[in-house]
Formats: sequence, structure tokens, C-alpha cells
Amino acid sequence: MNIVVCIKQVPDTTEIKINPATGTLIREGVPSIMNPDDKGGLEMALRLKDLYGANVTVITMGPPQADAILREAFAMGVDRTILLTDRKFAGADTLATSNALAAALKCLDYDLIITGRQAIDGDTAQVGPQMAEHLDLPQVSYVVDLKYEGRHVIVKKETEDGYQMLEAETPCVLTVLASANQARYMTVSGIMEAFDKEVEIWNVSKINVDEAKLGLAGSPTRVKSSFTKAQKGAGQVYEVDAEEAVGIIISKLQEKYII
Amino acid sequence: MDFSLTKQEELFLKMIREFAEKEVKPLAADVDEEERFPMETVEKMGKIGLMGIPVPKQYGGQGGTNQIYTMAVEELSRVCATTGVIVSAHTSLCIAPILENGNEEQKMKYIPKLASGEWIGAFGLTEPNAGTDAAMQQTTAVDAGDKWILNGSKIFITNSGYAHVYIIMAMTDKSLGTKGISAFIVEDGMPGFSVGKKEKKMGIRGSATCELIFENCEVPKENLLGNLGKGFGIAMKTLDGGRIGIASQALGIAQGAMDETVKYTKERKQFGKSIASFQNTQFQMADLETKIQAARLLVRSAAYKKDQKLPYSADAAMCKLFAAETAMEVTTKAVQFHGGYGYTREYPVERMMRDAKITEIYEGTSEVQRMVIAGKLFK
Ligand SMILES: Cc1cc2nc3c(=O)[nH]c(=O)nc-3n(C[C@H](O)[C@H](O)[C@H](O)COP(=O)(O)OP(=O)(O)OC[C@H]3O[C@@H](n4cnc5c(N)ncnc54)[C@H](O)[C@@H]3O)c2cc1C
Ligand SMILES: Cc1cc2nc3c(=O)[nH]c(=O)nc-3n(C[C@H](O)[C@H](O)[C@H](O)COP(=O)(O)OP(=O)(O)OC[C@H]3O[C@@H](n4cnc5c(N)ncnc54)[C@H](O)[C@@H]3O)c2cc1C
Repeated sequence: MNIVVCIKQVPDTTEIKINPATGTLIREGVPSIMNPDDKGGLEMALRLKDLYGANVTVITMGPPQADAILREAFAMGVDRTILLTDRKFAGADTLATSNALAAALKCLDYDLIITGRQAIDGDTAQVGPQMAEHLDLPQVSYVVDLKYEGRHVIVKKETEDGYQMLEAETPCVLTVLASANQARYMTVSGIMEAFDKEVEIWNVSKINVDEAKLGLAGSPTRVKSSFTKAQKGAGQVYEVDAEEAVGIIISKLQEKYII
Repeated sequence: MDFSLTKQEELFLKMIREFAEKEVKPLAADVDEEERFPMETVEKMGKIGLMGIPVPKQYGGQGGTNQIYTMAVEELSRVCATTGVIVSAHTSLCIAPILENGNEEQKMKYIPKLASGEWIGAFGLTEPNAGTDAAMQQTTAVDAGDKWILNGSKIFITNSGYAHVYIIMAMTDKSLGTKGISAFIVEDGMPGFSVGKKEKKMGIRGSATCELIFENCEVPKENLLGNLGKGFGIAMKTLDGGRIGIASQALGIAQGAMDETVKYTKERKQFGKSIASFQNTQFQMADLETKIQAARLLVRSAAYKKDQKLPYSADAAMCKLFAAETAMEVTTKAVQFHGGYGYTREYPVERMMRDAKITEIYEGTSEVQRMVIAGKLFK
């Protein structure tokens, strides 16, 4: 069984600062991590490897520094890593990102493609589903559990008010939540060997893709404006029992004419 | 001279800090309060390789360096000194002497299971009448043809009761003094071996410290470790390595107390200002921070020499002496900066101060470290 997991390097913060002049993210000084949902997806793949001896490949599209999350993936136990990197990918929106990734995936063998549900920086949750469309594969998003049965998978999909059990034919694309599992730690020997292994560097020439669909040129999205949310004022803390608390809440709501 | 971390060290720190924060720290207060050996943590550590870091892959180890091993003990001890010493005694006092002195059969039999954490290791040198003066061994081992018969007792043995493998020093020929001491590999369950009373301690209370009893204990002939009469040298060399581990434990405790104190003094307000804003706090904390960093560099340098196979005996003594005294000073002052709250178990610095003290005592008291350092100086 071959599994490809798409992972993204993201800044380690949910409170991303935006440069007010340019409207772009300020990434300097913010440590980078493997996107949490992607780690959940990677763990799911590694569990299939533990169970069935699956071959796990990880791919990321990003700048050369994204090498760090691929080393981490090696130390967690993946077999192969690919860094898709080229200036021509720069400035990609979700469509251009999914075009590039889908083209790279076409060069690989897979029974399952796993992505995170959502990246904590871009936050769109679009890349996985878009890729599935480009590759014309079945897709299930918001996956929290998975049973592999060869020709098909049975997945548990989380919804707002419960979950669904779905069956999908393989190969398919699954987008996974961080809450699906607790990702394993890197092992010490994995860390010792991670830097001796080869991260394959792929550029545009390595994949078969229409360059007009990549990078800024291939991105129909235009940022009209962006802003940092205004800070909420400090709240007031009352340490009281439930009954008194209800009274306080009611009177506050009345003060503000909400009730 | 290069003081920067290698890529492996950086990645390791990222992993171990997360592990310590999520898996070890939440148990620390309970492990102390209940005097509970954190077996569940040992299992988790075994899985990710923390029980066999500086062990070659051919013996089922992780192929890591001593440098990375010291970082592991430091980061674990930063949140729980009990967990730190479990790893240190297991690795430095049991795995290391087998790796360094064992024959191929002994290594193949014991190291893989120790390195994976399936078995825990311990080391027994100290006896009721042989503490600092370790040469005064009264435990005897008599050659009985196909086996050794051990009689005597050991006290204060770390990991005992939970360990499966014990490195035990015993007299094989009293007339030869230290040259009559030999080392043995004793397994839990060997006839005549038992674990006695468990100590109630000031600190590292989750760590098991017990008496070991040998009553006509039968040890297979092939379990002599190293040559006959070489036990004292093996023990001293083992302790040289162990001291780097204990120095790392002390360093971790000091760093943990520093972390807590920085956080607390910034939050706590008196006279309308944070405690951290008082110059007394700032100057004292600056001195402590400097000592912690100096201790860390001594540890790094000793571990570097061990990795490079250079002589490191005095370096190990220096890093242990300095790190242990730093840990005691930092934790004592950490309690002071916490005021009355620091004296209660609401805050971890109370535990850290109790934990720090042992680092000045075991694997050679601070006086012994001074003897080792002076010994080199006046050689
Ligand atoms: C400065 C800046 C400007 C941006 N401007 C725009 C813009 O104008 N329009 C726009 O639409 N977007 C914009 N983005 C968002 C950017 O295009 C997205 O980060 C990227 O396309 C992925 O989308 P996402 O982060 O929402 O990922 P999601 O769709 O939330 O990610 C879902 C999953 O897809 C996979 N995945 C996503 N990205 C990658 C990757 N690079 N490599 C491998 N796997 C991946 C991961 O498994 C991830 O969990 C901008 C981002 C930045 C930093
Ligand atoms: C929690 C704990 C765990 C331990 N774990 C282990 C273990 O796993 N294995 C093991 O073998 N041992 C272990 N020990 C034993 C420990 O190493 C000894 O306690 C230590 O070496 C000191 O020996 P002692 O207690 O007999 O003190 P003593 O030797 O009686 O010393 C008492 C005091 O006299 C000082 N002193 C002694 N001789 C001199 C001298 N010549 N000059 C100046 N001062 C001197 C000492 O420094 C000390 O301050 C452990 C001890 C404890 C408390």
C-alpha cells in the first residue's frame, strides 16, 4: 500500500500579525511547525504503516526552509520525502497550490492521499478537496478515523452535530483533523538519521503542469484588503457559585438591553 | 571551537521539550506526593528511544551521542527530577558498564532489552559501611565452580525493585583490597537475591531507593563483568560517566526553578509593582542565570570529551560539583522569591529545592568531586 501525505509548514501561532502597509503576513521571528491537522494525517498514515507495512511518502510545497518539517517526518518514521520548490510556485493561492500538488501527485503511486483538513495560517480548508477534483478522485473531508479494507476505506467523518460513517473507494483523498489521534513523537534514532536521508527536491520541470496555472499568475484570488482584528477589552472575572453567577449574568445582559 | 547545536540536537530538543511538557510535567507533583515510580513514563520513554540513547544500533540502541543523552536528562529533570534520575541511573550506571566492559554474549543478552526500556537497570556499590569509602566492600562473591555465591547487602540503590538488571560490586578476594573487588551482572529473580526496605526520602521521592540483600545468591559463572579483580576500576569509571548524567539532572532542576521564578516574579505584585521589577530580584536572578549557563557549558564540555573518547574524569567531577551547587542555590533562592507560596506545595519550587539536594550527595558527594579534581591538580 502506498500513502502520500501532503504537509505544510506554518507559523506556530494563531495570532498572525499582518504588515499594515502591504497587507501580507509577517513571518519573521515566528517559529515554523508542521501544520497540526497534517500531523494528525501523518499519524494516521504511520498507523497504517505499522499495521500493514504501508509505504509512506510525504510531500510539501514551500520554500527551501520547509526542509525542517520533512526531517521531522523522517524522524517520525516516513519512508520518502519530497520538497516541491520553485520560484514559479511563489504567490500561489489555494487553486495554484492544489494545481501544483496535484501535478506532483500524478508522478507518484498512491492508494491513499491524506491531507490535513486546514492549514492554521491560510485557514481555507480548500487545498485537499481541490486536489481531489484535479485528480478526479473520491474525497472525504473532516476525517477522524479510518479503517483500510483494500479496495475501499471506511472513514468516520466529523460533522457539526455528530459524525458519519462513510465508505469510499480507493484511491481517494482524505482530509484529516488533528483531533483524530495523538501524533507520535519523533524517536531518538529517527532524529539521529533524519539528516542523512535524502529529501528529494522537485521543481517545475519535474512535474507535468501548465505553468500558467502556477504561482501568482495561476492565482485568481486578489486580496482587496486585510486587517488585524481589534483586541477585545479585558474581561471581568467573578469567582462565585453558580446561582450568584446566573444573577450577575442576567443583570449584565439587562444593563446592555440584550434582554 | 563550536558552541552551536547540531541539527540533530536542535530537533531532539524540540521533541524532548514537548515530551517533557506533555507527558512528564503533569505527573511530577503526584509522583512526588505519592512516592510513586512513574512506570507509565518509562514505557513511553522506551518507545521513543529515551532508555537507550548513547547505545550503538547493533545492540538495539538509538545510536545517539552522550551530548544528546545529557540534554535528555536535563530536559526531563527540568520538569521532574525523579524521571531524570531513572534515565540517568539506568543508562549511565547499568547500560554503560555492560557496553564498556561486557563480552559480546553479555552485550547481546542484556543491552537490547535495556536499551528498549523493556528492562530497567541499576547499580549497586554503596553498602552500610562503604559509602564514600567504597573500597570497604563487605559483600562477598565466592567461586563455587559453575557459579558465584554472593553474600551481603547494598543500600540506597536507585531503580531497585523496578530494575531487572543490577551491576553489583563484591569482594572476590579480601586480601587484595580494591584489587579484590569484582563486578557482576545480577538479574532480578536469581536465587538468593531480594530487594529490602524502601527509603523514605526528602526529594526525588518517586525514584525507588532500596536495600538489596544477597543470601547465598547464585549468579551464573558467565555473569562476571570484566576481569576478576577489576570491579573497583569498573565502578569508578562508571561513576565518572554517571556524574555527567547527575550534573545534567542538577542543571535541569536549576533551569526548571529558574523558569518558574521568572514567571512568578513577573506576575506577583507587591507595593504596586511586580516582584521582577525590584533590582534585588533582577541582580540576583542575573547571577543565577549566569551560573546556570556556566554549569551547562561544563556539562556540554564533559559530554563532548566523552563522545570524543578523550579523558573526562575531572571534567565530569567539575560539572557535577558546579551544577549540583548551582541547583541548590537556584532552588533555594527560587523558594525565597516565591515567598510563603514557595514554601507550599502549590508551587513546584518547593519540590525542586528538595530534589536538588541529592545531586550534591549521590554518585560521589561534592567533597568527593573536589577530591577528584584536586587529585588531578596535584598529581
Ligand atoms: C502572504 C500570503 C498571501 C496569500 N494570499 C492568498 C491569496 O491571495 N489568495 C488565496 O486564496 N490564498 C492566499 N494565501 C494562502 C495560501 O495560498 C495558502 O496558504 C495555500 O494555498 C494553502 O491554503 P491553506 O493554507 O488555506 O491550506 P488549506 O486548504 O487549509 O490546507 C489543507 C491541507 O492541504 C495541504 N496543503 C496546503 N498547502 C500545502 C502545501 N503548500 N504543501 C503541501 N500540502 C499543502 C495540507 O495537508 C493542509 O492541511 C496567502 C498566503 C500567504 C502566506
Ligand atoms: C537517593 C539515593 C540514591 C542513591 N543511589 C545509589 C545507587 O544507585 N547506587 C549506589 O551504589 N549508591 C547509591 N547511593 C549512595 C550514595 O552514592 C552515597 O550515599 C554517597 O556516596 C555517600 O555515601 P554515604 O551516604 O555513606 O556517606 P558518608 O560516606 O558516610 O559521608 C558522610 C559525609 O562525610 C563526607 N566525607 C566522607 N569521607 C570524606 C573525606 N575523606 N573527606 C571529606 N569528607 C568526607 C561526605 O562527603 C559526606 O558529606 C544513593 C544514595 C541516595 C541517598
